[in-house]
Amino acid sequence: MTAAVRPQPGLPREYHFPRFERRMLENGMSVIVAPVRKLPVVSVVAVVDVTAVDDPTGFEGIAELTAQALREGTHKRDGVRLALDLEKRGTSVEAGADWDSTLVSMTVLKHQLESAFGIFCEVLTSPAFREEDIERLKAERIAERMQLLAEPRGLADEEFSRFIYAEGSRYAEPMSGSARSVAAITRHEVVEFYESRYAPEAVTLIIAGDVSAAEGQRLAESMLAGWSGERAPVTRRADKVERTARSVEIISRPDAAQSEIRIGHVGVPRSHPDYFDIVVMNAVLGGLFSSRINLNLREQHGYTYGASSYFDWRRQAGPMVISTAVQSEVTGEAISESLNEIERMRSDEISEDELTLATSYLEGVFPIRYETTASIASALANLVIFELPEDYYDTYRGRISSVTTAGVLKAAKSHVRSEELQVLTVGNPEIIEAPVRALGIGEVIVRDPVES
Amino acid sequence: MRIPIEQFRLDNGLLVTLSRDTTAPIVAVNLWYHVGSANERPGRTGFAHLFEHMLFQGSEHVEANEHFELIQRAGGTLNGSTWLERTNYFETVPSNQLALALWLEADRMGALLPAMTQKKLDTQRDVVMNERRWSVDNQPYGTWWEKLPEIAFPEWHPFHHSLIGSMEHLTAASLDDVEQFFRTYYTPDNAVLSIAGDFEISDARQLVEQYFGPIPRGTGKPPLENMDLPAKLGATIRRVVEDEVNLSRLYMAFRSPVFGSDEYYAASVCGAVLGMRRGSRLYRSLVREKQIAADASAFTFDLSKGADLLIVDVTARPGISPEQLEEEVEREIDRIVDEEVTADEIERAVALIETDMATALQTASERADRLSMYATLLGDAGLINIQSDRYRSVTAEHVSQFAADRLGDDNRAKLLYVPRSGDGAGDTEMLVGVATS
Repeated sequence: MTAAVRPQPGLPREYHFPRFERRMLENGMSVIVAPVRKLPVVSVVAVVDVTAVDDPTGFEGIAELTAQALREGTHKRDGVRLALDLEKRGTSVEAGADWDSTLVSMTVLKHQLESAFGIFCEVLTSPAFREEDIERLKAERIAERMQLLAEPRGLADEEFSRFIYAEGSRYAEPMSGSARSVAAITRHEVVEFYESRYAPEAVTLIIAGDVSAAEGQRLAESMLAGWSGERAPVTRRADKVERTARSVEIISRPDAAQSEIRIGHVGVPRSHPDYFDIVVMNAVLGGLFSSRINLNLREQHGYTYGASSYFDWRRQAGPMVISTAVQSEVTGEAISESLNEIERMRSDEISEDELTLATSYLEGVFPIRYETTASIASALANLVIFELPEDYYDTYRGRISSVTTAGVLKAAKSHVRSEELQVLTVGNPEIIEAPVRALGIGEVIVRDPVES
Repeated sequence: MRIPIEQFRLDNGLLVTLSRDTTAPIVAVNLWYHVGSANERPGRTGFAHLFEHMLFQGSEHVEANEHFELIQRAGGTLNGSTWLERTNYFETVPSNQLALALWLEADRMGALLPAMTQKKLDTQRDVVMNERRWSVDNQPYGTWWEKLPEIAFPEWHPFHHSLIGSMEHLTAASLDDVEQFFRTYYTPDNAVLSIAGDFEISDARQLVEQYFGPIPRGTGKPPLENMDLPAKLGATIRRVVEDEVNLSRLYMAFRSPVFGSDEYYAASVCGAVLGMRRGSRLYRSLVREKQIAADASAFTFDLSKGADLLIVDVTARPGISPEQLEEEVEREIDRIVDEEVTADEIERAVALIETDMATALQTASERADRLSMYATLLGDAGLINIQSDRYRSVTAEHVSQFAADRLGDDNRAKLLYVPRSGDGAGDTEMLVGVATS
């Protein structure tokens, strides 16, 4: 009834990542404008070189709290007024800090750009940090910590970081701080943190969407050229690797309906020269639906709704993780199958067919990733954060397609270190402890979640 | 802002909508089948969704999981999803791969059954049971998806039962069910195909005719039960659920006018006034001022038959009792029932909704999905272009009227999650007033 013959693709049409223009204001702030004419929509992102890694010891979470507090009011408008003035213009400003940057962002319809951008700049350069707002944000953060303890996925991710990084590594602690470290922060620290770190030279402003380069530059110049200030020097904490011998942790949740599993170790920094080999290797291992780990755990065995692997790319070495959630009864089998897939990845070259599946996928979805002004702005933010070359997005597809099966094998052998893999599962010890011990993959510790 | 639309129907009843945009060499293909959990027969909750999984297990000319592989190898993304009233399947691919996406969708619409086996069904049943554990059973508050419709719709009503389904019913699903469901609902006359992005209209038409044209029309699906419901619950219904949570949370559902009706827009704007972003009433009052809530939001379910639901969702701060949470939320709801909404509040809500609509339409995939949605549920894909006008015509009077009519204590279904006390009690339910439906 339907045609048996599979259609062949036509000739591909060319695609270029949007052109952009980078300039520097006299006060040291960089401005990137990427005109994208499609719909009357504009996204604005301020990339601030203030990171959670910079949090002073004992005040973990201050970068995130400071970012959030930007939205709580300026010297001109209190928090309610600020929210209403932006929302009346159909937008709101989002702000948050992660391991490598603080991002302040907004997406707005073109006809509201000028006036909304004025408020956006006020948020960035003139926050009031009212005492009561800081205290409320701290209480909200503590509520979030309580929520997390009841949420197995987030709990597993967080406990896994604590497990693989050494004590004293910033990455071992929650990105947004613990209940204790957040409680220690006062308005005084937030103001000081802001004043010593937020300055024009620490900011790259990105405007992507329905504007010309000239319009964008004029807008930035007119509203931000008058901002001044210098930042204090920052010493960044280095991550430290924890365990090098395989071990297993079971985080006890007696009522768990499923086991959350994390397997991995400390990975490599974003700047690593093997980046493209690793990206393709990971796609084959667990990055795609048709990856080895997902086909094995989900489609062959039905253990899970999904299984995947990823390298969390950061300036310093982030985690390499295999992540899944399985029926409690098959926790042992699922761990063992995952470890087998890692061994297979490290011992033999992948087939040409697997290689081209991964590379043609990564090349093909490239334009699909950049359909929105927000995603284009975010790609440009990554250029800044990871100090990538200006032509990075123009050369991306070529670099993916030049990865070979030999390169993939080498990446697996060097960057997935099977003898150092740590295994963590959040689940019901009554069901899973014995089978996990029986795997004989290392010392097994059963413990409660860390309440921090 | 208007997007171009062409609509036509094949002889077999398949409705096709096309929207061209050549900004990037990308095209989205999207199919809505007008079948969802509402069409399940008794004893088979969760089947529409399990069936969705089976559509990735191959068809006459496609191996199991090959659909995924072929699309990903072509450089595309894909998935499917199931909702109460519909099931959708979608691909976004480089524009030179349009034919592949259409061929794959046509092969499974035309010839799914030759590829179905007991082993595939058993594996996908396990996968879906794990999806249930992952998204419902092992998630704090995860059961709200099934418990809230359970109290907002009467037992006989097709929206009453669980979409993800019970383990017992999933276990009972058979290959016969697969065959019957496919023959009944997966027919061209019960589907809408939308294509959005970079293509030539004449090429797309020709490909659609070639691949979908030969598929025979269905023999007619059984009519849904009468879905009509009284406009209101007729009482306040309250259910308390003990769960593995540290903070209490209250869900409140109000029966509201169906998706796409004139009154729907007032309900949708009312939801935004109450709970969209930080300038909304619930956020300002409960999170910012009184500081009894950690978070607050409100939204509509967008159901097009019988009754829609407007849902309010508020999580308590640590140290706030469930009773206090409930009292404070109800105080805000009573306030919007009793006091006029202002023009400023409407302006804020509509501006936010308009920006959200415009930003969503930036992607080919979202365009195609919305075209399919309007065509499937309301019979006209062109409605996508008048949504801004519909929202802009909503006034403060409309919203106040809606709130007065529908948010009173004769139309509240409350689901209150509380931290487990340890005495192992099940849910407790209470009816305040007399339910008439």
